[in-house]
Amino acid sequence: MLETVIFSLLNGLVYGLLLFLLASGLTLIFSMMGVLNLAHAGFYMLAAYFAYTISLYMGFWFGILLAPLIVGLIGGLVERYGLRQVHQFGHVPELIFTFGVAFLLEEVVQFIWGRDQLAYNKPEILEGALFTLFGADFPIYKMFMLIVSVLIFITLFLVLKHTRIGLIIRAAVGHPQVVGMLGHNVPLIFMVTFGVGTALAGLAGAIAGPVLGTYPGMASGLGGIMFVVVIFGGLGSLGGAFIASIMIGLIQTFAIAIDGSLADVLALAGIIVTEETFMYDIWSTTMPQVAPLIPYLMMVVMLIFRPTGLMGARES
Amino acid sequence: MLKVKDLHAYYGKSHILQGVSFEVGKGEIVSLLGRNGVGRSTTINAIMGDVDCKGSILFNDEEIVGLDSHQISRKGLGIVLENREVFPTLTVRENLILGIKNMRKTGRWKIDDMFDMFPNLKRRADVSAGALSGGEQQMLAMCRALMGDPDLIMVDEPTEGLAPKVVDQVADLLTEIANRGVSILLIEQKLTIALKISARIYVMGHGRVVYEGTSAEFEKNEQVRKDWLEV
Ligand SMILES: Nc1ncnc2c1ncn2[C@@H]1O[C@H](COP(=O)(O)OP(=O)(O)OP(=O)(O)O)[C@@H](O)[C@H]1O
Ligand SMILES: [Mg+2]
Repeated sequence: MLETVIFSLLNGLVYGLLLFLLASGLTLIFSMMGVLNLAHAGFYMLAAYFAYTISLYMGFWFGILLAPLIVGLIGGLVERYGLRQVHQFGHVPELIFTFGVAFLLEEVVQFIWGRDQLAYNKPEILEGALFTLFGADFPIYKMFMLIVSVLIFITLFLVLKHTRIGLIIRAAVGHPQVVGMLGHNVPLIFMVTFGVGTALAGLAGAIAGPVLGTYPGMASGLGGIMFVVVIFGGLGSLGGAFIASIMIGLIQTFAIAIDGSLADVLALAGIIVTEETFMYDIWSTTMPQVAPLIPYLMMVVMLIFRPTGLMGARES
Repeated sequence: MLKVKDLHAYYGKSHILQGVSFEVGKGEIVSLLGRNGVGRSTTINAIMGDVDCKGSILFNDEEIVGLDSHQISRKGLGIVLENREVFPTLTVRENLILGIKNMRKTGRWKIDDMFDMFPNLKRRADVSAGALSGGEQQMLAMCRALMGDPDLIMVDEPTEGLAPKVVDQVADLLTEIANRGVSILLIEQKLTIALKISARIYVMGHGRVVYEGTSAEFEKNEQVRKDWLEV
């Protein structure tokens, strides 16, 4: 029991922080530019592929270092030469544009690397178990993911809270015109934010590739959950995205770990469910089976009772 | 210093500015008056690059139509928006710091000058700007614009909704700004402080300027007031 709790806690944190790497960029871009970037998860995937290819020639470490930078650069260019031109036509064309980019990325990836999962592997030094508890292993690689995510989180926090550019970014969230009128180069800030946001997604992809798999479906796999995180946390709120990421990470892993069904709960109360029982399918469904549904369920419930999400300030 | 000529602006299909022309000289306080909705805010937002417009806007003999807001701001124009638009979640001090365009250059104003003039702001330097009273937010918005060291500052209805005592404070600050050689374009609806501090008056109606004159001339001209200002 204790073993399950500890491992689920750690796994939940790893997964949650990975979600936050993705969600932070998405939510920052949204709150500043009012653009819901549907291609965000596409950049996550692209970076995993880049990291794979780079790792073939220069090794794993260059891969996870360079891939996010290249993807961030591409993101900046997409903002500068794509999104900015589309912006004048309004929000719907912007949304459609990012949708198009998402499709494009998926097609390009399949065109270059094919449909099969790539053998993007962890380096030897990160193979194996960090520690063994009650006979179960906790992999070094997960600790590595945890450390990278925490470092990025701390850096992001420090930059936003304690630097001048961070101050300008915080002001530009929700009030970009005012910031521009004070003499700050808002178009440049938009481009940099978009670039850094996609670079963070890229980093997430580069470090997740070896464990979650590098294949053309990896964008849609995590993309849905990423949207749940930003909507549940409140569109535009970094704090909300953080809480939601960790929450969803933990709930998901705990749900998978708890191998029980409603039938088991009823059994405790003395009610025995058999195949003849009314609605047997529902009673016998196990937690791991419904685990993937939980985040979406949470989002729907949140939208009904609190449309702005956990910490979202307002509709804009 | 600022020469606006035949300015046109649209919101969608509605033609809001239909050829606005006026001038502000160096160190001068000029008021732009008019009833609700005649397009005064639109005019200065267009000057600041936030509303698309056609026509000519010369600032120090340089055409600024078509430039981005930050470029216009860096040429020496400042604006205090209608709703003050302080950054509510940031502190008073952070708001002031955001007004500074160039950290390496000191202009006419320093943060401490602001705190000396407005002890209230000093006392609440580390409080979120959103928690300030309307009057304090107005002062903060003006001080923030001054931190950018503008040569001309446009102030949109600064006395709106303020108590008489605070209105006097606003008037004093505007006079002090002008004394330091900064030109002011004041947008007002009421005459309370406009007549007292400005040298010249423009009145807008139906998307263009319908009257111009000195404050003294304007004061005698009851007809203009009745036709274009009183409701
Ligand atoms: N964003 C906008 N979209 C569409 N119409 C607008 C917008 N902003 C202003 N208008 C319209 O443009 C006209 C001029 O507005 P403006 O704000 O410039 O007036 P004003 O003279 O500043 O008056 P006041 O500040 O008292 O409302 C008004 O009729 C207003 O309804
Ligand atoms: Mg107005």
